[in-house]
Amino acid sequence: MSMKISTSDFKERVDKGIHDSFMRGAVVGAQERMGTRRLDATNELGNWEEWRKHGEEIRKHVLEHLDYYLKELSDNVSKRGGHVFFAQTAEQANEYIRGVIKEKNAKKVVKAKSMVTEEIHLNQCLEEAGCEVIETDLGEYILQVDDHDPPSHIVVPALHKNKEQIRDVFTEKLNYQKTEKPEELAWHARDMLRQEYLTADVGITGCNFAVAETGSISLVTNEGNADLVTSLPKTQITVMGMERLVPTFEEMEVLVSLLTRSAVGQKLTSYITVLTGPSEELDVDGPEDFHLVIVDNGRSSILGGEFQSILQCIRCAACINVCPVYRHVGGHSYGSIYSGPIGAVLSPLLGGYDDYKELPYASTLCGACTEVCPVKIPLHELLHKHRQTIVEKEGKAPISEKLAMKAFGLGAASPSLYNLGSKFAPTAMLPFTSGDKISKGVGPLKAWTEIREFPAPNKERFRDWFKNRDKGGDQS
Amino acid sequence: MTGSIQNRDEFLTQIATSLGRDSWMKNAPVRNWQHQPQHLVLKDATVDELVDVLRLQCEKIHTTLVETNSKELEKTLKETVANHGGGPIVSWKDERFSKWGLSPLINEIWPNEGISFHEWDYTKEMENISFAEKANVGITISEITLAESGTVVLLSDKDKGRTVSFLPATLIVLVPKSTLVPRMTQAAQKLRSIHEQGNLVASCVNFITGPSNSADIELNLVVGVHGPVKASYILIDDL
Repeated sequence: MSMKISTSDFKERVDKGIHDSFMRGAVVGAQERMGTRRLDATNELGNWEEWRKHGEEIRKHVLEHLDYYLKELSDNVSKRGGHVFFAQTAEQANEYIRGVIKEKNAKKVVKAKSMVTEEIHLNQCLEEAGCEVIETDLGEYILQVDDHDPPSHIVVPALHKNKEQIRDVFTEKLNYQKTEKPEELAWHARDMLRQEYLTADVGITGCNFAVAETGSISLVTNEGNADLVTSLPKTQITVMGMERLVPTFEEMEVLVSLLTRSAVGQKLTSYITVLTGPSEELDVDGPEDFHLVIVDNGRSSILGGEFQSILQCIRCAACINVCPVYRHVGGHSYGSIYSGPIGAVLSPLLGGYDDYKELPYASTLCGACTEVCPVKIPLHELLHKHRQTIVEKEGKAPISEKLAMKAFGLGAASPSLYNLGSKFAPTAMLPFTSGDKISKGVGPLKAWTEIREFPAPNKERFRDWFKNRDKGGDQS
Repeated sequence: MTGSIQNRDEFLTQIATSLGRDSWMKNAPVRNWQHQPQHLVLKDATVDELVDVLRLQCEKIHTTLVETNSKELEKTLKETVANHGGGPIVSWKDERFSKWGLSPLINEIWPNEGISFHEWDYTKEMENISFAEKANVGITISEITLAESGTVVLLSDKDKGRTVSFLPATLIVLVPKSTLVPRMTQAAQKLRSIHEQGNLVASCVNFITGPSNSADIELNLVVGVHGPVKASYILIDDL
């Protein structure tokens, strides 16, 4: 269940984020570059809305018939000689994978970037079982070498780090002796990882889209690491969230096109790999054994409910790249491996309101996320729905908000109290007011005025102004 | 040999329950898509127009496109390999190499120049990987070529090792003009029709678009991370 990346509370995390000036600069730069590239790549098609609508109808159709397609997928994987394990919980998935590793007597695992394995904390589980686990995506590798620093972005996991920090980590941990130039750092990682691929016993990947009709899985990368992970070790384990599938190659193609354009503004990424079963009998490379682990881990309780559309997500991070809140607080503030708008909707559903009740409020409800989503998930509406649930069903609204609402409720229910309250508001707020602004609030206003001013209550109430106007007074 | 399936009934029943069904769905659902924008891209483009699109796209993906014909292919390939620093070379085993008149180059000219050449040979097992790992150049053939994205499609089999296109420092792909299609849509249809005709889809299908790259460090593009550092396509006019 744990996708938590921090034990500190939301406010502490945000505070750390907004005081990390490198990270904030990096995020602003990334949002601008990736946002522009996405726009160019989607405008170029000339009918992007049609593409989004097709993406949406495919994802909706799959979710509505998920049981049928998962059955078809597993039958076809099995026909091609692959093993399928359905895991209802993270623990079941980890236990099965640990079993395979044990059976193979594997000591070294190479991994290609996968959000679902982060979600179920697979690495930790395998390391506890005495296995060495090596991440091969350059960003993930940097984080792993840096004592397992958590990812801050779905597509660019080490976005919060600058090249000097990466150089220092490599120098300390990998005996690196060159400069902070990205090329030199990447080459060092290439050399280190080449040896790992060649000596690993097991390769573990995620899955962008599985294809039910043929029992295939697809992997989308730019580095080519997933290809080495799946062609050199003798055993391959692929872990997928249960909703990540499509009926046939034809729908896979459409979603891959939506994904690469929305995520990085590329027509296609350098490598899109479609794997079906283990390798053929006489093949030299490719795995002899293939295992597909299909993970529920809370998804079936989202299915059929008012948040079902969040399962349409194809993990492109376009919503993260336009979010004004993410821009300021960064990925770690969300306290979950899923950050930004998608994280603010998904984390409370998978991880519970106890840990993630603040996230739906980490949004201005501006709707930029909804506008860019390639499969038309109404993200800001889902955030709003979360807030309603938190207040109405869970009773988990912040205490200050509850008190304020109660007071307002009392005041507004009686005309005389309302009259009195609105009359005295300017006087009551006078000690905190300078000009027509409040810049040092107390109580619930404090959090607001710490970072911006709050308008002071107007001295003339609307009702008084209206009455006065009727009598022919000030018409402005 | 079929593989095992574990824990399925319970899992699918849970999903069916969430979707408000008594038991999991047994009949294939009807797919009736209302939107199909993918078929409009480069819909009426001629082959020459597709070549124009490919040429332009190759510039964006850090890939050299060399245009030649069947007669000139031997010379072009020799030059392209030399431009990338020569051997060692590893290639697929494919009868098209001799059909295209490349045997003299492979069997005489390169050996005489001291350039070592290894043709994938599944009977030699791991030797293939050791050679590919040290090779400077890997040579493969595109089965389907996507003009829009500048993508070559490679299908694995016992003679066509997957790692030929990943382990060497340079990837050279021979691209017959007859394999050009507008975009990934047509490739997906072709792969699907292989399956529908009762044949097995290759265990590994690679859609490759230029050399390996990463922008994971401060979003700076680094070309050549895990796979090839350089890529060239040789477009052969076979029409």
